Amino acid sequence: MDSQHQPLETLQDIKRMMERSSRFISLSGWSGICAGVCALIGAWAAYSRLGRFNVYYREHRHDGGLYNAGQASTELFIDLIWIAVITFIAALISAFLFTYIRSRKNGVPIWDRTVQRLTWNTLLPMAVGGIVIWRALEFGYYELVAPGCLIFYGLALVNASKYTLGEIRYLGYGQIMLGILNLWIINEGLYFWAAGFGVLHIVYGIVMWYKYER
Amino acid sequence: MKNPIGNLNKIFDSRIRLGVMSILMVNEEVSFNDLKTMMEVTDGNLASHLVNLEENGFIKVHKGFIGRKTNTTYSITKAGEKAFKEHIEALENMIKGVR
Repeated sequence: MDSQHQPLETLQDIKRMMERSSRFISLSGWSGICAGVCALIGAWAAYSRLGRFNVYYREHRHDGGLYNAGQASTELFIDLIWIAVITFIAALISAFLFTYIRSRKNGVPIWDRTVQRLTWNTLLPMAVGGIVIWRALEFGYYELVAPGCLIFYGLALVNASKYTLGEIRYLGYGQIMLGILNLWIINEGLYFWAAGFGVLHIVYGIVMWYKYER
Repeated sequence: MKNPIGNLNKIFDSRIRLGVMSILMVNEEVSFNDLKTMMEVTDGNLASHLVNLEENGFIKVHKGFIGRKTNTTYSITKAGEKAFKEHIEALENMIKGVR
């Protein structure tokens, strides 16, 4: 190819090579949509489990004597942890699946250097957040779980935006904002969590799909 | 007026050499195999272009091992960075000149 006659095309080619070699661009919008749907289902499951606990608590509050509040709340706690773990794994698998399909279509190897960098830079803030949230749970600060998840996940996305499609940064800003807001509207964690992990993911997914995959 | 085409670097006429330089501008160190995958070229073709770039002092070669397999990586030199930037500027000037 003679670059002297198509300077614009050559420049675009250079930009494409730079992006393709330093960013993972096969992240699919469908991944966002599916992760969001998983999060909404998980939030609904947690919501109904909490509802059952509240009914139980109200019915047995005046029993006195044999009512075992400690056991009931321990069971609730374990169930909620299970719901969270299953939701996280389901979201991760569905997100991975659609991105895998897209990267196969683009002919990009799924585990190249850009993916390694993306994975590391996303997982680091998330892992740190996980440790913080774990300690908060141990100290009984349950209200901090939802804002903690949102804030650390948001930071992870902003960090990840340097290694994949840059728009993911705005999803990160959204999560951070919701998380901070949640710190002051402290008892509505589940709603904030559903808005951040559910609704924002779906909106982001649709926008990205519309922009790049349609 | 200076002819803007005069600033274009002949070495970057080749799409493969230009591609290698673009990749090395944004990645510190890239292995031969990664370059091959990204450029979608054959071993021999890529190797000859890399030798050319190395002889011009635009890239550095690092020979290492992963276990027993050789792992050759490449990085850009100061001179290479300068030449590449000048080439881009020349391209941009050509676009401006056309308008």
